[in-house]
Amino acid sequence: MSPPVAPPGWSRWLVPPAALSVHLSIGQAYAWSVFKPPLESALGLSGTQSALPFQLGIVMLGLSAAFGGTLVERNGPRWAMTVALICFSSGLLLSALGAATEQYWLIVLGYGFVGGIGLGIGYISPVSTLIKWFPDRPGMATGIAIMGFGGGALIASPWSAQMLDSFGSDSSGIALAFLVHGLSYAVFMLLGVLLVRVPRSERPVQSAPSAFEGPQVSARNAVRTPQFWCLWVVLCMNVTAGIGILEKAAPMITDFFKETSTPVSVSAAAGFVALLSAANMAGRIGWSSTSDLIGRKNIYRVYLGVGAVMYGLIALFGDSSKPLFILCALVILSFYGGGFATIPAYLKDLFGAYQVGAIHGRLLTAWSTAGVLGPLIVNWIADRQEDAGKSGSALYGLSFVIMIGLLVVGFVANELVRPVNARHHIPAPREAADAAVRQQPESA
Amino acid sequence: MPQSDSSQSPPDRRPLIALAWVWVGAPLAYGLYELVQKATQLFTG
Repeated sequence: MSPPVAPPGWSRWLVPPAALSVHLSIGQAYAWSVFKPPLESALGLSGTQSALPFQLGIVMLGLSAAFGGTLVERNGPRWAMTVALICFSSGLLLSALGAATEQYWLIVLGYGFVGGIGLGIGYISPVSTLIKWFPDRPGMATGIAIMGFGGGALIASPWSAQMLDSFGSDSSGIALAFLVHGLSYAVFMLLGVLLVRVPRSERPVQSAPSAFEGPQVSARNAVRTPQFWCLWVVLCMNVTAGIGILEKAAPMITDFFKETSTPVSVSAAAGFVALLSAANMAGRIGWSSTSDLIGRKNIYRVYLGVGAVMYGLIALFGDSSKPLFILCALVILSFYGGGFATIPAYLKDLFGAYQVGAIHGRLLTAWSTAGVLGPLIVNWIADRQEDAGKSGSALYGLSFVIMIGLLVVGFVANELVRPVNARHHIPAPREAADAAVRQQPESA
Repeated sequence: MPQSDSSQSPPDRRPLIALAWVWVGAPLAYGLYELVQKATQLFTG
């Protein structure tokens, strides 16, 4: 399939909604927890078993983004969005069949494996195209799309809950809910497939530099550079620090103020989690757009440096002031979202727009690693501290110190980022032609 | 015979842009509304 080229007069402002239609849909994955309790009671599953489709989905997201990135670059955004639509929707339809026939393995296969491929391909599908359309504001453009992934959970969480209330939480009700999800998301994502276009020229905005100006590095070469691995560490550390809060937000705020005169109720803790989601989403568009003004390296200095200070403030004074605890947690979560949304523009700055989608896909393995690392650190340490007879904020003190250490490691990795050595650049067309002429035999 | 200017000008994309943004904006507004409802529990709950 050849990439769809924009006809004359096509507006670049049609591309962000195309990207959003995909990201808002696949962001549903973060609302999987809504399906967990009904599945557990309807099919007699444990909590660990009911988490399997989501966990496999996230693993498949990382793998398909890493290995499918080159295909996405080769075949274009419409092909990628079509694959994402087919995989994500058919994954939900397979899950509907699994729930209707009470065959749980079908739900794991459908939602986790097939749907997970849709997550990975869908996540990277608009990145390269947005950067080419918005060479003057790549941070803002990718921030809009990646904000959609956070927004998808906001939509799906109440929507899925209301659907299960209406259809019932038995296996046939769950099946019907999966069916409606699959069909609705297919229609919703179709907008992206129909609207997405690649720009006619390399310079869609005459006043802006071309996305292809400066050094261009292929995905194969990018993974051989120290810059790629520095950014891998930066993303991994930033995401781990965010997940450190996100993973245990509700019990954390409850524990912190349990022994104070103003304990936090269960509903207030749920409100805190919702507020963190809002900060995560706002950070994606807000900080990523700010990076267009102050530069990518500087914004990561803020994410990692100020993030470490925020963790320090929570560790030292968090249990004495609820507003301070909430404010610091919100800032950390906004940096978590900002880190995700700014990384494609950082990659474009270093490696050019040539294969930025494929490079981004490979870098997302840092996310998968952090997804394991963050919860592991916080949960394991909290359990050990509880076994040692500690309670309240003392359960988390050591975790916070580790998070500060990880953020410092990320900060140092960011400081080590330098322009990519010219030997990794792909030759410009004229250079390539000259090189080809030089390689011709003299007699030819 | 010369072609008229109107046949060469690209179509007006503004209605399509508006439709596309409403398509994605409406569900996002619903999600944000639900989020605000929930987040207020932090101060009232």
